[in-house]
Amino acid sequence: MSYYEEDDLGRFAEMGKHRPDLFEKFMAWYQACQEDGALSRREKALIGLAVAHALQCPYCIDAYAQSCLESGSNIEQMTEAVHMASALRGGASLIHGLQTHNSVNKVSM
Amino acid sequence: MRRDLPIVETNQAASGASGAWFDFDERLAAHNMDLRAGTVETLQVNVGKLCNQACKHCHVDASPTRTEIMTRDVAEGVIAVVRKYHVPTLDITGGAPELNPSFRFLVREARAAGAHVIVRHNLTVMFEFGQADLPEFFREHNVEVVSSLPYFLEQQTDAQRGRGVFEKSVEALRRLNKVGYGREESGLILNLVYNPVGAFLPPAQEAIEKDFKRELGSRYDVVFNRLYTITNMPIKRFLDYLRRTKNEERYMRKLVEAFNPRAVEGLMCRSFLSVDWTGRLFDCDFNQMLDLPVASELGQTLADFDPEKFAHRRIMTGRHCFGCTAGAGSSCGGAVVSS
Repeated sequence: MSYYEEDDLGRFAEMGKHRPDLFEKFMAWYQACQEDGALSRREKALIGLAVAHALQCPYCIDAYAQSCLESGSNIEQMTEAVHMASALRGGASLIHGLQTHNSVNKVSM
Repeated sequence: MRRDLPIVETNQAASGASGAWFDFDERLAAHNMDLRAGTVETLQVNVGKLCNQACKHCHVDASPTRTEIMTRDVAEGVIAVVRKYHVPTLDITGGAPELNPSFRFLVREARAAGAHVIVRHNLTVMFEFGQADLPEFFREHNVEVVSSLPYFLEQQTDAQRGRGVFEKSVEALRRLNKVGYGREESGLILNLVYNPVGAFLPPAQEAIEKDFKRELGSRYDVVFNRLYTITNMPIKRFLDYLRRTKNEERYMRKLVEAFNPRAVEGLMCRSFLSVDWTGRLFDCDFNQMLDLPVASELGQTLADFDPEKFAHRRIMTGRHCFGCTAGAGSSCGGAVVSS
């Protein structure tokens, strides 16, 4: 058995069985975030896809890949979003190299 | 535990109560709805399954090898009905309807009878033998042209419609533009159709139309009037694709979960009547492909047609009807509610 089951994505509402008040608040906020606003649904879906990759959440990747398709994005645009997430993750690691340098410099002659 | 779908394509006619999660009539009943037609505004005539393409999502299973096409006798019967009852719109589809020898007869006679004529034109047929003058023919008869172009990029379009189709389609669009189609000032209407290239729902029609206008204009200098988003129906060749790729249950659940009661009122079956290549009558082109004719008490051939009798008729349904009620809805005229 895998820790991640594809069908679990469709069971998300079961998280509302205990403390439904909290789940309902989350869902209202979550759904409001998806709507067209200053950003379009399509742009928000691409942001969601990038964040899903940064979080490395298989459920979110599956859900937002579909959302991107269903809001009109193509595979090139989605791949660019994934590169953005990956570049940020890479950059975030690399910038911490300065902490290594600082640490080394602090004890070096 | 998964609940498997039945092997058959349709689940039940309007009277059957299966209790299954994809039972369309039960879903309507849960919303206190009863699907009945209004008056017949459009006669949609499928003149046959012959096509120069064999698209992967085609609900007609049309291809160059199909031989089922409407004869002149049946075409004359169609025109007789248009004349007798002053049918407002004749919508001609296929296959590639232009390949039927009676196609131009249908257009000319329907226009002479005062009907608005829509042709579901696949663009690439323009490059088949004897079809090069189609733009001029369409213009001469002020035909409304509706053409499929699933995406504004080659990779997606060719993946659905076949290698080389995108390039030919763009050239055909340029030729239509050249005679005035798609240009606001000309009055010659060229609408495009977006179909998802896979097992997912279409985007919001207004949003993807803007993308198409921007991209087709800047990349290819092509213009058009409106973009219609149409959902892929889980029947025939697209159903084969869903089964082959193990996407059937997931896609059906997506359609069922996206059921939108607001889409029911604008369903095309409420104002359309579909005629097949033999002259039999159906509530829509999809029912036609599933061999699910209009209710038997009405009579099921062109000779049985009477606008008063067919108005307010009970619509025959199946699980595929969820395709027309998902999200913003889907019809031959695109989304039926604004998203």
